[in-house]
Amino acid sequence: MKVVTGIRKDLFLYALILPGFLYFLLFKYVPMWGIVISFQEYSPYLGFWQSPWVGFEHFATLFNNPDFLIIFRNTMVISMMNIVFYFPMPILVALMLNELRLKRFQRVIQSVIYLPHFLSWVIISGITFLLLSQSGGIVNKLLVEFGREPYNFLTNPGIFWQLLTAQSIWKETGWGTIIFLAAMAGIDPQLHEAARIDGAGRIRQIWHVTLPGIRNVIVTLLILRLGNIMDVGFEQVFLMMNSAVTDVADVFETYVYRNGIQQGQFSYSTAVGLFKSVIGLLMVIGANKLAKRYGEEGLY
Amino acid sequence: MKESKLFDVVNVTLLALIGLATLFPLYYVFVVSFTDPSEYIAKQGFVLFPEKWSILSYKYILSTDSYLRATGVSAFLATIGTVLSLMVTASLAYGLSRKRLKIRKPLMLMVLFTMLFSPGIIPHYILVRDLHLINNLWSLILPALSSGWYVFLMKSFFDSIPPALEEAAMVDGYNDVGIFFRIILPLSLPAMAAFGLFYAVGYWNTYFNAVLYINDPTKWPLQILLQNILIESSTSSQGSGAAELMNERQLPAQTLKMAAVVVATTPILLVYPMLQKHFAKGVMLGSIKG
Repeated sequence: MKVVTGIRKDLFLYALILPGFLYFLLFKYVPMWGIVISFQEYSPYLGFWQSPWVGFEHFATLFNNPDFLIIFRNTMVISMMNIVFYFPMPILVALMLNELRLKRFQRVIQSVIYLPHFLSWVIISGITFLLLSQSGGIVNKLLVEFGREPYNFLTNPGIFWQLLTAQSIWKETGWGTIIFLAAMAGIDPQLHEAARIDGAGRIRQIWHVTLPGIRNVIVTLLILRLGNIMDVGFEQVFLMMNSAVTDVADVFETYVYRNGIQQGQFSYSTAVGLFKSVIGLLMVIGANKLAKRYGEEGLY
Repeated sequence: MKESKLFDVVNVTLLALIGLATLFPLYYVFVVSFTDPSEYIAKQGFVLFPEKWSILSYKYILSTDSYLRATGVSAFLATIGTVLSLMVTASLAYGLSRKRLKIRKPLMLMVLFTMLFSPGIIPHYILVRDLHLINNLWSLILPALSSGWYVFLMKSFFDSIPPALEEAAMVDGYNDVGIFFRIILPLSLPAMAAFGLFYAVGYWNTYFNAVLYINDPTKWPLQILLQNILIESSTSSQGSGAAELMNERQLPAQTLKMAAVVVATTPILLVYPMLQKHFAKGVMLGSIKG
């Protein structure tokens, strides 16, 4: 009775949350139930109920498959390169922007460098091809102009990871500065004043005042990024992938897509996806614990 | 003082270079798309500033059925999808921001968990297939209607509205419905516009879901058509989508491709100044979406 009157009293609120609740139920939780097929030999004709159970067979297949080490390595390397080379970029650029005295120039630069964030990966990869292709790319045109051999950027396994990292830097550095700039705006100006009176130059002020002032934000973002280490952007890799670079490009999502959607091995590729998600979940929980130990807010 | 001056000079120079490095690829796309085809061929693609501007490539792109159709599909997603996303997400977020709602805590946990764990591509695919949405444009809207990030961002927005407003309205005799429609919604319009813009850009850039759910070329959204124009034709000599676009006339592939890129980017450039106004909210978006 109590529940019923509670619902009647807040009927309007319940009506408001109903569509969203149904959305999360249907599109986020029903698929979780689909995980059962990774323990089955799923056949679309038999469905969830009648497909035979095979236990952990698909996981055993995955761990014994030489592909597993390759996609695991690629995922880790791409993520780590992202952390080592991309992650510091927005911090550096934000520090530089923060030091600008010409506010109008600052606004112009910000408007320019935020823009690529809104372009799709299809556009970014198209631009990459336009610039770097071996036959018509302007970079190779310039190399030839200066008497060099044209360089193979796009079908070269040796630089595929660097290429992805460079794309990420170009696309997201500007956007990434926003959160650091916001943190810098929160630093007490008196700290800078005091450092100046003590004779600190610009660089020493950055080192001793600005950087410590945004340390919390840096640590939090770094930990959260580590928590998402299993997530490599599917679209970026998928679009830049070609037969020459498969060995260095294949990551969990592209592997699942190829084996599951294209070749119809639903059970096996669900198992691969589940493995990735479980490791990802553990990483996020671990990262969050770590963040809290360092006195940061964490994600939840 | 001298050190400071030098610092400024170096700093401004470096930032100007970073700005140029960001702009150059975009500038180059723009220039190539407007270069006269014969000039492009004569200079073998080495064009930094065209002697003769031409809109031939644009005329051609905009006269092909496939491009117009794909633009229509993406426009449909960006309008209908955005409106539905806003309605579903904002109403859920508003409900979650009301502390007297009994099921608030479990509901928030339910949303939070979806941000930490995803069952992966295949179970989502099977669901969409079982709902008979493969090759149906709703497969690009319904599964993407909302997300934990947006729910929590909007919830924190509703949390920031002072409760005094609501109390005053209650004293004036407004009920729940009145408070929501007469007080909260008008107050939220700027924020909703901001969230709407981000949603619209997301729908316009829809790619991954279309790779999964749409095989029928007549239902391709713009990004899939673009991918076919841009990439398949540069790795293999003739891609399927590109062949249709390029072979009928003797226009160089590159100028056409870049015209296609510019047209597909223009809507984003048009809303960009408005997006920029709302970067404060974008801060959170950018940082958590990583």
